[in-house]
Amino acid sequence: MRYLPHTPDDIQTMLTVVGADDLEALFADVPKDCRMKEGLDLPPALTEWELNAHLAALAEGLPEPGEYISFLGAGSYEHHIPEVIQALRGRGEFLTPYTPYQPELSQGTLTAIYEYQTLTARLLGLEAANASLYDGASALAEALLMAVRVTRKTTVALSRLIHPHYRQVAETYLRPTGCRLVELNYLEDGRTDLNKLPPEGELAVVALQSPNFFGVIEDLKNGAEEAHDRRALLVAAFTEPLAYGLLKSPGSLGADIACGEGQSFGLAPSFGGPGLGMFACLMDHVRSMPGRLVGQTLDREGRRGFVLTLATREQHIRRERATSNICTNASHSALTAAMYMAALGRTGLAALARLNHDKAMYLRGALEAAGLPPRFRGPVFNEFVVQAGPGFERKYQALLTKKILFGLPLRTWYPELEDGCLLCVTETRSRAEMDALVQEVRP
Amino acid sequence: MKELNELHLPEDARYSEDHEWAKPSNGVYLIGITDYAQDQLGDIVFVDLPEVGAVFQRGEEFGTVESTKAVSELCTPLGGEVVAVNAKLEDAPELVNQDPYESGWMISIRIEAPEEYGEMLGREEYLETLKGL
Amino acid sequence: MNRFPGAAGLVFNEPLLWEKGRPGRTAFSLPRPDVPAAPLPEELTADGPDFPDLSEPELVRHYTRLSQWNFCVDSGLYPLGSCTMKYNPKINEKQAARPALAGASPWLPEDLAQGALKLMHDLERLLAHITGLPAVTLQPAAGAQGELAGMLIIHACQRERGGQRTKILVPDTAHGTNPASAALCGYQPVGVSSGPDGVLTFEAVASVMDDRTAGIMMTNPNTLGLFEANCRSIADLVHERGGLVYMDGANLNAVMGIVDVAALGVDILHLNLHKTFSTPHGGGGPGAGPVCVRSELEPYLPVPRVMEENGRYRLSEDFPRSIGRLHAFHGNFGVMIKALSYILSLGPELKTVSQLAVLNANYLRKRLAGVFHLPYDRPCMHECVFTDRFQRPHKVTTLDMVKRLMDFGFHPPTIYFPLVVEGALMIEPTETESKEDLDLFIEALMEVAREAAEDPEALRRAPGLTKVRRLDETAAARKPRLCG
Repeated sequence: MRYLPHTPDDIQTMLTVVGADDLEALFADVPKDCRMKEGLDLPPALTEWELNAHLAALAEGLPEPGEYISFLGAGSYEHHIPEVIQALRGRGEFLTPYTPYQPELSQGTLTAIYEYQTLTARLLGLEAANASLYDGASALAEALLMAVRVTRKTTVALSRLIHPHYRQVAETYLRPTGCRLVELNYLEDGRTDLNKLPPEGELAVVALQSPNFFGVIEDLKNGAEEAHDRRALLVAAFTEPLAYGLLKSPGSLGADIACGEGQSFGLAPSFGGPGLGMFACLMDHVRSMPGRLVGQTLDREGRRGFVLTLATREQHIRRERATSNICTNASHSALTAAMYMAALGRTGLAALARLNHDKAMYLRGALEAAGLPPRFRGPVFNEFVVQAGPGFERKYQALLTKKILFGLPLRTWYPELEDGCLLCVTETRSRAEMDALVQEVRP
Repeated sequence: MKELNELHLPEDARYSEDHEWAKPSNGVYLIGITDYAQDQLGDIVFVDLPEVGAVFQRGEEFGTVESTKAVSELCTPLGGEVVAVNAKLEDAPELVNQDPYESGWMISIRIEAPEEYGEMLGREEYLETLKGL
Repeated sequence: MNRFPGAAGLVFNEPLLWEKGRPGRTAFSLPRPDVPAAPLPEELTADGPDFPDLSEPELVRHYTRLSQWNFCVDSGLYPLGSCTMKYNPKINEKQAARPALAGASPWLPEDLAQGALKLMHDLERLLAHITGLPAVTLQPAAGAQGELAGMLIIHACQRERGGQRTKILVPDTAHGTNPASAALCGYQPVGVSSGPDGVLTFEAVASVMDDRTAGIMMTNPNTLGLFEANCRSIADLVHERGGLVYMDGANLNAVMGIVDVAALGVDILHLNLHKTFSTPHGGGGPGAGPVCVRSELEPYLPVPRVMEENGRYRLSEDFPRSIGRLHAFHGNFGVMIKALSYILSLGPELKTVSQLAVLNANYLRKRLAGVFHLPYDRPCMHECVFTDRFQRPHKVTTLDMVKRLMDFGFHPPTIYFPLVVEGALMIEPTETESKEDLDLFIEALMEVAREAAEDPEALRRAPGLTKVRRLDETAAARKPRLCG
């Protein structure tokens, strides 16, 4: 098999050196009752050509690019990914090394991640960003655990307008801690109701998502004030970081921790993963931060270089008292996101964010004119909720046969919205496509 | 790493098996880590110390000391209330490496039970425990 | 020196991103706006972050130069212990990049997602077969998250059984993620010392396994590269006293097709797709950490689960005793594609993979015994552990030796782990290394050992050929500069 270099001669020579009669003899220490009785019963190895055919068959039936016009968002976004980024990220030197524990041999990864940390901190308006967590959901969970550590209080207030899956993951992570989770409901304008926060004595953290799951931009400034008044932290989560090319950063509005999903920055949706957990906070809290950190330093001859640092927070040193158990993270995704942010640049990011917003607003207005008004009047970025009328399910299926994916029905998590549907418009949707949709839904 | 005979162990301090030292100073007791401990840890990068006013029992953890590769708990050899903390260590943790018994002191405690000091190890007894390691 | 891979060569300096570029440049082909501008309230908007503006050629040169500063599996032997740095097949990258798979939204209606769901289900079945543990989740995004899932499953199961079990047994050879994952779940890790042979003894476990202990976490083979030969009797004991057995499967590369994990008495196992199953490490992730369990524990697996009925696939959250969700969507699907491709490309030869991995490690062990101290001088599995004991009289440490090894063109093995051995040097060659490359590696190590005795300063000066020399990690930690 082409990945295995050993010839029968090689094996024989090596067995002689080892002093074993055959390969079987190498496993003499494995007791009989631990053995596989029959060996592996797997289909014969596929050749490269058979593998291609096999995967092509699996991919059959999934939409080809451009086959469907999709208005799906909700935490996984269709954005243009420049070919230059695919080429650069695919280089073996970025794809095949390990975690950069030996810095002299890993300055490529370390420099690139330092750049990623810097761009992320600037994007989110905070002072320190880590080298990545798995995804936006676990990033939120880790942020809440961190806030509990920092404040030493145990009540966590979570907006109901945080992505439902993120809230589920947060619950999974928080259940063993015994912390109390309080749900914050929403107001008529589609923003979180901050009027019923728990008292100062117990409140560790208030968590909001902005733009929220309805696409509406939250009042993070007010959220920060309410949290800080109660000596709690504000965690600002996000699923669409592109918003911060246009909106004021969470840090500038008072968030102590900003965390979310970076998939929009150069990662294909890939049926939900891998993603990128982006995470940033104030320097004051950096020793409590989860995840790896790359820091700048000098070598013996005075050259600038980069190393993993503050490692004593992490599991391989702190073990059970670590800030998190994370080891392998989403480093290559972070590299990709840095490339994407660098490719766009300040000018490009602002323009692309603007474009997303303008397109979403265009569709929102056109649908309203066609009899499908937005459910919430609050300002949005590139997602919004429409209130479809009765018979919506049928309409949804009809659109599907016309190869249009009319967003995400929300009744699973928000039954009170009755036929509410979350639509997303990115720069990948043309005016003509949007006009075609509007034509189809016009009663 | 230093050899045992290279270690500095002043006469005017007493020692614990956890590699802390204590010595009296103006009615209170200064506490820090021994030359052996700082040598084992390597370059110290961070010392996490308690608030003034915190109260600890003998043997309780009062903080941590970190090098780039390791973390060690700091356990007080004497019970009592923390009356002072060495603020210089925040910007200059290397003082613990350079001068562990003087400018590298960590906390100062008003002790509850004076006999606890006598129960600590003298420098010879402490050296004996090191030989066993 | 020129028979070794390491050579001097021209490598480029390259500034940081924000030290380059000019305002107004971009490397992005911005789509033309085809809709009117829609205003937003001023108090919501800002000018955007302070990002540099680069053109496309600048971007390419930047990242190309950075990439050239990295040592990687594609460039040479990368023998980190318990990391399984095997060759990452390029054909697997192509499968993951298939537009229909890469472009799929996790929200696709079921009808349009059948192929993706089938892919996941097929991978689950294959992993169940390879491990002998029938119920599988692919959701955890890394080994450590798989461990967390395992701990949460143990917790849920024990809670249903009743009793107050607050402790988890963790061997002294365990990877640091083990106690960290246990602690995340509210458990207190209790250490168990390995015996004189480097493996856990029945007696040591028996002395700590009580009715306040929820279970044990074992790595098998362990991080000394030794098969935990007493695992059956230990598992039986733990079960008898009401506990569960978790296995860290990071070292599965040693035993595929040879060991039946279920027969070891294991209840819960996590796998690392980015180790055993060849998906690329990417400089630190993403990976994937599937979890396989005995059928009794299936109800606790995280949701959503992939269900199959009459050739039709769907996702289901209808598992009331599940530990809940761990990932925003279904897990690292892109990584799963690569692992599935690998398994399909090897088939029954996965057993040969393990045999050759073990052969390579033993070959290194035999040839280097006597050059370096072997704390456990007996046959190893896929990795072996040496120490710097022979070199210490020359005041040379494991660290000095591996820094010098870099100049010969090899990535260092793992150093100072496992903790049970002082000055550990943990070497896992993997099965994709040829005999010639191993021979060169052995010669290089012998050369380093010789230099340690005859010219230790050469080691302390090393590395000399890399782009940077030894870096001041102390300064980096004392005054952290995490941002430019």
